[in-house]
Amino acid sequence: MDMTGVGGALLFLIGAPFAGGLLAGADRIVTARMQGRIGPPLLQPFYDVGKLFQKSRLVVNPFQPFYLWGFLAFLLVAGALFFSGGDLLLTVFALAVAGVFLALGAFSANTPYSHIGAERELLQMMAYEPMLLIAVLGLYQSTGSFLVRDILGSDRPPLVELPGVFLGFLFILTIKLRKSPFDLSTSHHGHQEVVKGITTDYSGPDLALIEVAHWYENVLLLGFVCLFFVPLHPALGIALAIATYLLEVFVDNTHARLRWQHTVKLSWWTGAALGLANLAILDLIR
Amino acid sequence: MSLFKKSPWLLHYNCSSCNGCDIEVLAALTPMYDLERFGIINTGNPKHADVLLVTGSVNDQNLEVIRSLYAQMPDPKVVVGVGICALSGGIFAQCYNVHGGAAAAVPVDLYVPGCAARPESIIDGVIKAVEILQQKADAMRGRRRTATAAAREAA
Amino acid sequence: MELLLFLILFPLLPAGLIVLIPHFTTRKIVARSSAAIMAATSIWLAWRCLVGGPEYFHLEAGTIDATMFGLEILIAAYLLYRCRGLPPRRLWIPALVVVQLLAMVGLEFGGQLPHVDRPLYADHFSVIMALIIGIIGSLTAVYSIGYMTEYHNHHPEIPVRRRRFFFTVFVFLSAMFGIVFSNSLSWLFFFWEVTTVCSFVLIGYARTEEAKFSSFHALGLNLLGGIGFLMAIGFEAYFAGEPTLDVDRLIAAGPALAMVPAAGIAFAGLAKAAQLPFSRWLLSAMVAPTPVSALLHSSTMVKAGVFVLVKFAPVFRGTTEGLLLALVGGITFLVTSLVAVSQNNAKRVLGCSTVANLGLVGMCAGVGTPETVWAAVLLIIFHAVAKALLFLGVGPIEHRIGSRNIELMEGLITTRPALGAIMIIGICGMFLAPFGMLISKYAALKALMDSNVLLAGLLAFGSAPTLFFWAKWMGKIVSIPHRPSDVVGPISLDKWVALGTLALGTLGACVFFPWAARWFVEPCVRHAYGATPGLATGGTAVMVGMLLVLFLLPLLYVVLPVPAVRAEGYLAGIGVERGAAFRGAMGKVHEVDMRNYYLSSFFDEHVLMRWGIRVCAALAFAMVVVSWI
Ligand code: SF4
Repeated sequence: MDMTGVGGALLFLIGAPFAGGLLAGADRIVTARMQGRIGPPLLQPFYDVGKLFQKSRLVVNPFQPFYLWGFLAFLLVAGALFFSGGDLLLTVFALAVAGVFLALGAFSANTPYSHIGAERELLQMMAYEPMLLIAVLGLYQSTGSFLVRDILGSDRPPLVELPGVFLGFLFILTIKLRKSPFDLSTSHHGHQEVVKGITTDYSGPDLALIEVAHWYENVLLLGFVCLFFVPLHPALGIALAIATYLLEVFVDNTHARLRWQHTVKLSWWTGAALGLANLAILDLIR
Repeated sequence: MSLFKKSPWLLHYNCSSCNGCDIEVLAALTPMYDLERFGIINTGNPKHADVLLVTGSVNDQNLEVIRSLYAQMPDPKVVVGVGICALSGGIFAQCYNVHGGAAAAVPVDLYVPGCAARPESIIDGVIKAVEILQQKADAMRGRRRTATAAAREAA
Repeated sequence: MELLLFLILFPLLPAGLIVLIPHFTTRKIVARSSAAIMAATSIWLAWRCLVGGPEYFHLEAGTIDATMFGLEILIAAYLLYRCRGLPPRRLWIPALVVVQLLAMVGLEFGGQLPHVDRPLYADHFSVIMALIIGIIGSLTAVYSIGYMTEYHNHHPEIPVRRRRFFFTVFVFLSAMFGIVFSNSLSWLFFFWEVTTVCSFVLIGYARTEEAKFSSFHALGLNLLGGIGFLMAIGFEAYFAGEPTLDVDRLIAAGPALAMVPAAGIAFAGLAKAAQLPFSRWLLSAMVAPTPVSALLHSSTMVKAGVFVLVKFAPVFRGTTEGLLLALVGGITFLVTSLVAVSQNNAKRVLGCSTVANLGLVGMCAGVGTPETVWAAVLLIIFHAVAKALLFLGVGPIEHRIGSRNIELMEGLITTRPALGAIMIIGICGMFLAPFGMLISKYAALKALMDSNVLLAGLLAFGSAPTLFFWAKWMGKIVSIPHRPSDVVGPISLDKWVALGTLALGTLGACVFFPWAARWFVEPCVRHAYGATPGLATGGTAVMVGMLLVLFLLPLLYVVLPVPAVRAEGYLAGIGVERGAAFRGAMGKVHEVDMRNYYLSSFFDEHVLMRWGIRVCAALAFAMVVVSWI
């Protein structure tokens, strides 16, 4: 790994919580405006997390935090790998490990709401995993490398060759960002049948860690989106990625939640019809 | 930092209210009043909550429930009794199975009067309760600090 | 050469001794010591091959051939004897035996069989297989000593035929060594059939109706596969331009000359590896005692099926037949992974996943580029270790909880921490980064991407359900039960030896895999192709880093002693008895009971299998037909 690689990884490890927190704050304000409200201050997510860190920690059993740390640790590994210009495929695998850790933490608590959350989390992973892999494969097919640093060096945006893959990726991005209509496992809008799903039995500092982990994850995902626009000016790429995020917020606010059957079916069909078909056509053209 | 003031998360529990107060609580959460301005979120989960909003009177059925919910809230936490019923049992006070107001089950920090309590006064109550929450948090931090200092001295 | 002959013949000694010795303790000693000898010899052989490189041996095989022919007749006679009283629906099984017998006699006396110059060989690939057979096979044999005693304690209704069991296991090991060391098609076929019969005997061990049914099922489908083998030999005897039965020459001859035998052998390999359309036999074979499933139906015998596929991979490279083969493998991977989601029987899940992973190997073999073969060999190694561990772990758990149901494994990590940890290691080894199977999947994905996009897509879709069913199983194991439960009973030392070694092997495989790849996998690919893909070193560093993270995580408990308060899990405030139950309507107390998702109406096993079988049967048939055209 060269110096820029180390720099990128450090930038992610230190900077992502700030960026992610601001993003979450903006998300809440935009959501509020869409609902005709004023909404919280931009820094509200930081207040929340700061408060949670000051609360006492309730656990159902002493193993719960372990899985949480695993979740966070592998998100960090994935992000550091990505932003240091490393292997995209390994990034996706590390993300999967993180997801499994989160689910295991909820399984460990062994209470109905956590359990449903964990099962649904795994279902969601099953739903988005193919398309996520196909997105990576598509970037490889278009740029000839699995390494982020090589993809960054490509001379025209992969989006040009991968419109289908990009749309498919946007689709599963909704699942990954835990937005409605696919917000099956956490239900971040309060008062739903699964309470808080997978995070139900975490409290205080543990819950804060989950929040921070989500910030990291969101930044990583937006970084992934940026890859599709690559040789454009970085500022433009980031602006487009943020626009994507706003689009997801819009979808979040205009859609009721779907059942898991639809979630799995829709994302698999999207993966096949948009992602895989795109790859196959690209293969034929070449 | 006074973070507790900036992000009080609610848990709303209906003991055996007539539903009047609950409707007002929910009204307070509508875009009209936009509680999220103050960082307030209705979590629906005691493990995530700082403020317990209780409506209605405590009876045989819900005595254990509200105690259990209270026990599952991490410290620091405050309880707000909303409506006359939560204060004294209100019009249900004389029922055969009613134990009284919320205080019959859990320590209540603040009452919001009214039958039903108006959304504005509920919001006002929550904002006041948050002051108490912050005091509790400061006290907790002080206790923790003295405890570690004592431990260090002992070592 | 002596070493090879020793490995093939030596297991017959304990097999014979076990039948003859009446004394139980002495038999145990025989089994243990001969297992140790086998393991040691295979390691010695591996060392020799590492130092010396591949070797082929000339042998005057006249008498051996005659003996084999005689034994084949005997086997056929035995099978026909066992087939008496089969219902008319299944009379095709003895018919197949007869067809094979006639074909064999015809070939033998037709006088056309080409002479095999060098019937024995040992190259890196066969040494890898020999290590798997020698080490995992021996461990399983040792494990069975304790297991079978317990098995009969738990199933008093099943007559004790332990001697026959161990006899068959050792004969089987001998035949497996035969398969991996034979360079002669007819020898290969002989050992092939011996493993089929051993599997038949072992699956039917319990002699219950279900066991009988499954054993004949397995026999029939494997015999059907054997026809492919006969086709290969027959082609070489009567139609080939340059007739040869030497496997190495056949492979070197390339697709133009060797396609028909390669397709025939691939057909046989598909049957043995339980690929669709044959998969059902392996799933029903799970009635066999657990060590049998571990040995025959996950780590060795079914591996022989993919062993020949990978062996012939250079022939398949870039051909239509190869593509069809790869599609069969890929579809099998996808379909059986989906089927596994709906299974709650631990052994059936393991069975489905075995078929799925073999499908992956088959897919790599069908594509046949050096990169995919590299991945395939790695898959074979990792899968053998991790899957054997899982099967052997399920054995004692089954006897402790009295069931194979995954739901009942709840909280194993607290009730039996060691067993729980072993299962978790095994499961992680199967699907999670940075463990073995994922490394190979990573390699396979990259390799497939370069040759066929659709196949890579199949892999992407097939991996997702894998993640789902493994993770939910692991979730059950790590759920902390709210009430103390008693999962009692000691586990014998024999079993711990086997389980411990395999667990260390699974963990060690990901630490030492760069070296394993360099010493074994790369020479093996180089031998077949003349060149080998290297290892992306960056990837390895990341994997090792992840492993480090995983091992350092528990240390956080020491570094970060944030005080925690125990509380009940959230049960809407109506939980009682520390969250183990809740008070429902009318004050009635209900136990909290949670089950995993099986999605069985969504991923309907029967529908999936039906379509999978139809499609793959057509593809496999097309593969054979195309090879003739
Ligand atoms: S205070 Fe009045 S409105 Fe509120 S619950 Fe009691 S009776 Fe109903």
